[in-house]
Amino acid sequence: MSAVTVAGETGTGRIGWALADSWTMTRRELAHWARQPVQVVVGLVFPVMLLLMFNYLVGGGRGVEGDTTEFLVPGMLALTMAFGLEGTMLAVTQDLGKGVIDRFRSMPMVSGAVLVGRSVADMLQSVAALAVMIGVGYAVGWRWHNGTAAALAAVGLLLLLRFAMLWVGIQLAMVAGRPEMVQAVQILVWPVGFLSNVFATPESMPGWLGAVVEWNPMSATATAVRDLFGNPGAAGGTWASDHAGLLAVAWPLALTAVFLPLAVTRFRNLDN
Amino acid sequence: MHKRYGDKRALDGLDLTVRRGTVHGVLGPNGAGKTTAVRILSTLLRPDRGRVEVAGLDVCAEAREVRRRIGLLGQHAAVDEELGGRQNLEMFGRLYHLGARGAGARADALLERFGLADTGRKPVKQYSGGMRRRLDLAASLITDPQVLFLDEPTTGLDPRGRAEVWGAVRSLVGGGTTVLLTTQYLDEADQLADRISVIDGGRAIADGTADELKARVGGDRIDVVLRDAARLREAAALLGDGVVVDEDRRRLNAPAQDRMAALTRTVRALEEAGIEAEDIAVRRPTLDEVFLSLTDRTRDDAEVAA
Repeated sequence: MSAVTVAGETGTGRIGWALADSWTMTRRELAHWARQPVQVVVGLVFPVMLLLMFNYLVGGGRGVEGDTTEFLVPGMLALTMAFGLEGTMLAVTQDLGKGVIDRFRSMPMVSGAVLVGRSVADMLQSVAALAVMIGVGYAVGWRWHNGTAAALAAVGLLLLLRFAMLWVGIQLAMVAGRPEMVQAVQILVWPVGFLSNVFATPESMPGWLGAVVEWNPMSATATAVRDLFGNPGAAGGTWASDHAGLLAVAWPLALTAVFLPLAVTRFRNLDN
Repeated sequence: MHKRYGDKRALDGLDLTVRRGTVHGVLGPNGAGKTTAVRILSTLLRPDRGRVEVAGLDVCAEAREVRRRIGLLGQHAAVDEELGGRQNLEMFGRLYHLGARGAGARADALLERFGLADTGRKPVKQYSGGMRRRLDLAASLITDPQVLFLDEPTTGLDPRGRAEVWGAVRSLVGGGTTVLLTTQYLDEADQLADRISVIDGGRAIADGTADELKARVGGDRIDVVLRDAARLREAAALLGDGVVVDEDRRRLNAPAQDRMAALTRTVRALEEAGIEAEDIAVRRPTLDEVFLSLTDRTRDDAEVAA
């Protein structure tokens, strides 16, 4: 009767299917980019604009001993990764409002593939954003001083933070549900972003505020990345700043460990 | 099927049996539980209680197997609006694991079949309502499903889009596909369905062919609008049994099983009594009347015994 039938499933075939479905969903996101090149460019230019603004106009780097640009650039890289949360959230809320998710969920595909597609696309976008930011940073005088391996490790830590924020963003999007809620988050990320050591050292802040700032996951990544790049950073002397490398790994892993399973489960039971 | 959302019982023991290879209409007003039922049947939602089988498979325990055998056309276009028609169908084909080439060929065949072959790369959001629904339907048919769910497939479409979708659904019937169609429109169920279940408050309140249901409602009705409201009672007496009087609209409504004869009889009776009518028409019972009649709510209305 049927002209087309769906192939059966076996153990090894299932992993292959999961990969194939994830790739199909990644292709979907890439196709969206191809349709909206302007949005993609704006997404890449916005953090660059912030970097230039803080470097030349606002004059970040309060309390830094050394080159403020060298202090600011790694901080901005961490900030860009953390703010990636917004992009993920927006994309997921927009997607969930559409009927196409119902179709995906009524198909025999691997249910997590939609989220994997989202995460691969967002990570690719973040790699591109980092490349552009590093290029612009180099142009404005920022350098890495500890060799390629350490620099690559720094990029790895930045992407790890982005990966964690991805799952936080997916979960928040599903909890918030509506694109209007994303606006609220888009405003709230700013105080959270500034409650970090991205623009100023914790030592330059009132004691209690400095302590809060030091434990911000973004601060841990910024400090660890500054160390790896050989850029000026925190004066040290507190547990959090002395163990920034550990925290820069532990924070994202902890966030991912909490939010990834939450997000996948929530997506699977979207309606219930 | 039972399903509740908080305090609200969306489905309150809905029981449906659909014969293989037929079109079954589920008719009901907004909030009757139609969409909830379809979402459970298409594995998107879990029932609280009850046993639900699609194509002989349990929708909870064997969801994935069910998904391989069904197609779903929801109330809102379930396609990616940013992408083109072919891009959409190819993507769904890949997700059904037809392979890159197979998915492409299937997409082309379906675009051809639904008259969308020349849409090119145009994103779906620029399609007309009817085109979007046809693409949606094409996407539901990628693997020639055994069971196809159509949830209010023509709600929000203009008459032309409606005719397009009806045509497409008709072309499926006879291909052996079992179709479950929900609708708010009696004429849609009438046109497309072999059997109809009327649902209200989350349960089936009637079941039968379109003719059987209409017979239960009492068939066609005659509407008479008078010029002078003062003569409504007098005219009602002329119209015979089962007259409903609507004072506000100066309107009478009565059964008219024999259609033309009823029309002639009424015109003549009014003329002889010297009662002037503004409008007289014989029409099918509306969905409202089907409901009112089936749920016995007519008793609450101003009903006048002749």
